[in-house]
Amino acid sequence: MGNMLLDVRGLQIGATIHPPGEKSRDIEIVKGVSFTLEKGRVLGLIGESGAGKSTIGLSSMAYGRGGVRITGGEVHVNGRDILKLSPRGLRAVRGAEVTYVAQSAAAAFNPAKKLMEQVTEAAVHHGRCSREEAEKRAVVLFKKLGLPNPETFGNRYPHQVSGGQLQRAMTAMALCPEPDLVVFDEPTTALDVTTQIDVLAAIKDAIRDTGVAALYITHDLAVVAQVSDEIMVLRHGEMVEHGETDQIINRPAKEYTKALVSVRSIEHQEKKPAAPVLTVNGITARYRGTNFDVLSDVNVSLAPGQTLAIVGESGSGKSTLARVITGLLPPSAGKIDFAGRTLSPTLAGRSRDDLRELQMIYQMADVAMNPRQTVGTIIGRPLEFYFGLKGEAKRRRIQELLDQIEMGAGFIDRYPAELSGGQKQRVCIARALAAKPKLIICDEVTSALDPLVADGILKLLLDLQKAEDVAYLFITHDLATVKAIADSIAVMFKGRVVRYGTKTEVLTPPFDDYTDLLLGSVPEMRLGWLEDVLSSRRMESAGN
Amino acid sequence: MHPILKLVLQRLALGCLLLVAASALIFAGTMILPGDVAQSILGQSATPQALANLRAELGLDVPPVQRYFDWLGGVLHGDLGTSLTNRLDIADTMGKRLGNTLFLAFWAAIISVPLAIFLGLLAVRYEGRWPDKLISGVTLASISIPEFLIGYVLIYFIAVKLRLFTTVAMINDGMSLGEKLNAIALPVIVLTLVVLAHMMRMTRAAILNVMQSAYIETAELKGLSSFKVIARHAFPNAIAPIVNVVMLNLAYLVVGVVVVEVVFVYPGMGQYLVDHVAKRDVPVVQACGLVFAAVYICLNMIADIVSILSNPRLRHPK
Repeated sequence: MGNMLLDVRGLQIGATIHPPGEKSRDIEIVKGVSFTLEKGRVLGLIGESGAGKSTIGLSSMAYGRGGVRITGGEVHVNGRDILKLSPRGLRAVRGAEVTYVAQSAAAAFNPAKKLMEQVTEAAVHHGRCSREEAEKRAVVLFKKLGLPNPETFGNRYPHQVSGGQLQRAMTAMALCPEPDLVVFDEPTTALDVTTQIDVLAAIKDAIRDTGVAALYITHDLAVVAQVSDEIMVLRHGEMVEHGETDQIINRPAKEYTKALVSVRSIEHQEKKPAAPVLTVNGITARYRGTNFDVLSDVNVSLAPGQTLAIVGESGSGKSTLARVITGLLPPSAGKIDFAGRTLSPTLAGRSRDDLRELQMIYQMADVAMNPRQTVGTIIGRPLEFYFGLKGEAKRRRIQELLDQIEMGAGFIDRYPAELSGGQKQRVCIARALAAKPKLIICDEVTSALDPLVADGILKLLLDLQKAEDVAYLFITHDLATVKAIADSIAVMFKGRVVRYGTKTEVLTPPFDDYTDLLLGSVPEMRLGWLEDVLSSRRMESAGN
Repeated sequence: MHPILKLVLQRLALGCLLLVAASALIFAGTMILPGDVAQSILGQSATPQALANLRAELGLDVPPVQRYFDWLGGVLHGDLGTSLTNRLDIADTMGKRLGNTLFLAFWAAIISVPLAIFLGLLAVRYEGRWPDKLISGVTLASISIPEFLIGYVLIYFIAVKLRLFTTVAMINDGMSLGEKLNAIALPVIVLTLVVLAHMMRMTRAAILNVMQSAYIETAELKGLSSFKVIARHAFPNAIAPIVNVVMLNLAYLVVGVVVVEVVFVYPGMGQYLVDHVAKRDVPVVQACGLVFAAVYICLNMIADIVSILSNPRLRHPK
């Protein structure tokens, strides 16, 4: 033991689940995981969703989310088993010895209270220092984390600052009580790549300067490689591999870790430009009641059976472009040509064939399906609506579609709640395909999925493109995805297309500033990448 | 203009408009009531000539639309008209009655609102356990029993058996505050029991809803005690729905106390209204209706404005 800060032995965590229409039953989430963490070290916990990494992170505060319970094992913090503490003793640990940084800082801050009050609350509550001292410390932390106007930053309310700033403020909140251990739960997952890199650097500096130990939870191996000293790979609640970061990244021992390291294995040959099926001509659009253009003069085109990737940060107008093309938002200028005809700007003015040939797949497969309908009903709806299929013919066609998305006959009577995230997205793909479209707009379809699952979806989309000769307008902020599947790329920034051409053209230097920043911000799976990027940026800004 | 000022002004304007609409409805409603004041004053044996004279004297022969605007004009000048039956100025008589009603409502509110919110917080703290069930059970039972029954039961057990407080809640100007409070103790208890459940249930539901939020988890992981988490982090975000229900119940304390006033023979607005409906005294009924409508609209407007003010996004725009 000695200077072990955190010592987890044989941790078992369970929960009671209540599947719809079935009896409640107990499941095991974590099945006997053990690890130790020394003072000042950073351990990365990595795995897909459902691997139990967040649950393990929270167990270091003896906390279970929802119906989650710690059913066995020991969790020693600073030499005592916190699972045996009274509620009062436990509260003395939480927020003082161990603190927590949540994935979505936007939701984790109380909207009704000023940031300063929330940042200093734990330190003051636990009597670690007076309010004045805590506020002074918070300002120092704000400065260290690179927040604007650190002196007055705390006077703002959460809704008055950006997502990246909130994530840094949450880190300040976790560090303010001078804890021994901070649990970072996917702190950069919800951010744009360009923001992620700043937050990541800020977190890394803060960890180094304060000498605090950390559990860093993420599903992105490239991110965790930048901040952690050691990595533990988890799958289905069990440890797969645990070692120094260098060993895990460069010499993984287990098959699963190798798969994680080598993810994005898709090779896609760029197709030759051809006569377009979709042409977007000088589209300018704004939302009602606002006085600025969300899109200004957007010109792109897309050939049949090819993929055009639209990339950019949140707020760059990518999804708005999709809304304009589908007719949900009539543009204020410009026109859209599709399959040899000009589309009506409004949804009401479009024919049934216009609707059929232009389908959409969304980011959140969960909310894009009616939870009360079976997979068969969901896929069968476009078959009835567009082709009037009924009875046996419809059932046969649903079966074909299910085969195409590599899901068996057993799924036809299942409900969405019984499917995994990847399966749900596959059902949405089948629903879009059922209409026999010429173009499918894919809006961040893999963003909510784990890397391995996302990889499967991308492969499926490419196979389907080959078989059905359907074009994809692929909206994403993930450049790795773009490299994997695009034939041509449009980079968007503040409602304008700043760079547009075939994949090779767009991804070959010289770059414009924004594309350079975007490409440079994608985490690479090698040690020291973060430092390299930051130092090269510093040199550039010094040179200017 | 600050957006919040704009919103508040909008609400105020809307409130005024609503009040005018309510006045028209009240006037129209009393117009279509069956019966005739002149007939009820003079009795069945009155001659047609006498009836016509009295109608002319009371201004009942003027067309209704003109009468409405005359009435509305008077109201805007603070003149609610004179009672048809006893020829007294309505504003004077009603002023005293309204004062009594507000006195009763005030004390009932002072007790019931904090109690309801505290019980709501307590129910959240012990959600699903026996204190929650006990609080819910008792308050639901008290709202389910008709208020006159609660009134008589309290009179029987507290006033008659235990000889505490008085059975008849008569108050007058000569009484000291202590004597007045002693007189209205029983009706205040009845009213509290009637309005408690609504407010307590809403507080509980609104806070439980907020308790699902991620920032509550953040607060728990700071090591705060459960009650602190609820009071400091959940309650401020649940104010809007709670205030709405509180205001509805306050309105009920002013407007809906007829039964309790009758049971305890309390000289408030409710009794005043009921007496004059029986006598077909239309101006009094109209005036009472208008005052009730104004109270309702005002309290709901306050609830709206408090909801707006409690939203930090509106208070502190980007």
